[in-house]
Amino acid sequence: MSFMSPAVRFQNVSRRFGSVRAVDGVSLDIEPGEFFALLGPSGSGKTTCLRLIAGFEQPDEGHIEIFGERADGVPPYRRNVNTVFQDYALFPHMTVGENVAYGLMIKGVGRAEREAKAKDALAMVKLAGYEVRRTAQLSGGQRQRVALARALVNGPKVLLLDEPLGALDLKLREQMQEELKTLQTSLGITFVFVTHDQGEALSMANRVAIFNEGKIVQVGTPSSVYERPTSRFVADFVGSSNVLPPEFAAAHGGHAMWTSLRPEKIQVSSKNNLVPAACAHATGTVTAISYQGAVTRITVATGKQALIASTPAGTDVRKGDSVTLIWPKFAMVAMGEDA
Amino acid sequence: MSSNANRSTPLGLRIAATAGLLFLHLPLALIFLYAFTTEEKSFEFPPPGLTTKWFETAWTARPDIWPPLYLSLQVAAIATVLALIFGTLAAAALSRTRFFGRESISLLFVLPIALPGIITGIALRSAFDIMSIPFSVWTIILGHATFCIVVVYNNAVARFRRLNGNLVEASMDLGANAFQTFRHVILPQIGTALLAGGMLAFALSFDEVIVTTFTAGQQTTLPIWMLGELIRPRQRPVTNVVAVFVFVVTLLPILAAYYLTREGEQTGGSSK
Repeated sequence: MSFMSPAVRFQNVSRRFGSVRAVDGVSLDIEPGEFFALLGPSGSGKTTCLRLIAGFEQPDEGHIEIFGERADGVPPYRRNVNTVFQDYALFPHMTVGENVAYGLMIKGVGRAEREAKAKDALAMVKLAGYEVRRTAQLSGGQRQRVALARALVNGPKVLLLDEPLGALDLKLREQMQEELKTLQTSLGITFVFVTHDQGEALSMANRVAIFNEGKIVQVGTPSSVYERPTSRFVADFVGSSNVLPPEFAAAHGGHAMWTSLRPEKIQVSSKNNLVPAACAHATGTVTAISYQGAVTRITVATGKQALIASTPAGTDVRKGDSVTLIWPKFAMVAMGEDA
Repeated sequence: MSSNANRSTPLGLRIAATAGLLFLHLPLALIFLYAFTTEEKSFEFPPPGLTTKWFETAWTARPDIWPPLYLSLQVAAIATVLALIFGTLAAAALSRTRFFGRESISLLFVLPIALPGIITGIALRSAFDIMSIPFSVWTIILGHATFCIVVVYNNAVARFRRLNGNLVEASMDLGANAFQTFRHVILPQIGTALLAGGMLAFALSFDEVIVTTFTAGQQTTLPIWMLGELIRPRQRPVTNVVAVFVFVVTLLPILAAYYLTREGEQTGGSSK
């Protein structure tokens, strides 16, 4: 166990279910102390990867290491990782306190000590004094916190979170995002979480791995995967993007490659403003306007290519108007081949 | 159903239902009544007089009651234990995994309770004959276990289906091996279902006649002893005393099982 070893290492890991390759040749290093997101659409293999780390699944090919130790073949109960389940999986026949103390009880920790530790863990997730409640009496957000305390009380080296915020309403979700980040920073434990919500992944994680069809298509910091997607899939999945065909990109000062252009980089102008030299432009007719609160999305048909621009709300553009779209040339990100 | 209780029921239906209930339960009342009759040779109605002496007679002067009673208790107890073990294992296997032929196997498990006892009895008897297994207490127990397993299996499988599979994974995630998970997570959740199934199994076995006649050798269980007694002309009310006893011994577990599973439904529902 060298001090340089990553928290979790996937070496060419595959997991098949029947003829389906749920995880297909994944290699990945997650560093100690990272808040790492596995992001992808449903069925992309991200949850299977999480279950491989937890030990609920075993790889058919390749190896998994957790802090330098071979994890293949090690059952879940002998791994120093804990999971927060999507549906929380709290034990319905136990009180909140018994739920949190379960892992310690199994390890044979004495009653007084485990009750004290469970109390601390509940205080950490802001549920002090909830020990004697029944889990059925709790709200969704509170159950989530109990699940978190139940996992963290064991002092895992890696905490796995499976769609941890999926069942919560928007306000609560934003609040829990903040709390999870704060908790992770203060504990310094490696968090690995699965989500299909790109906004959640971008706002919470230090690094993101984007999954598609069992493979990792891009790994990087939230800003790098957002600003420099390397494939059409990532450009589309992480945020929304105008994917420009090579001819269009080349004609507007980009490279002759598939190119991503983020809608918020495009400025919509109804007058014939002067176009700065560092910018590209296209003219067209507004075909759709979609009001989305903070922003308004404007779809403009420019010859063959429809472009979507995202502008601050309160624009005076109307459907059918002729407009000029202006964007900086550097906002066009060439994505190599067509993935 | 209870929501319709306020609606008036047609008179004809009420009469028919009352008649049906009386038809089912009056004979039971008669059994109780004749346990107290003074007339010992025939069941004369109305009884010429009432006495409690037959309870005393059964308790003190009829040593032939005790061996069949002990045998029945022994058979029911062992058959129930077997049913609890195998019924639970079968329910766990069939509810947790999907495989080809799962439904057929499930049907095969439940079949013994749907089959007439006489079929089960004949089948077991010829099977024991073919395998040259001498008839003994153990053949009776095996015969009873065939339908006892079904009751336990049915109760357990329903509870297993409601058991959230993630709970097992959560338990293992928190460091518990399979045995610890069974003890601390699965058993508390299916416990009442097993208790209920076990009690029903015990009650079924305790008063079983048909399968027993085919699978017993020289042994006499309590129900068989009672059948034999009915042919005798003397001290008939003693049989009724024993019948009352059997009634209580089997009714209590069935009532308990009913309340246990009903409570289980409620807690199961409220935790969702």
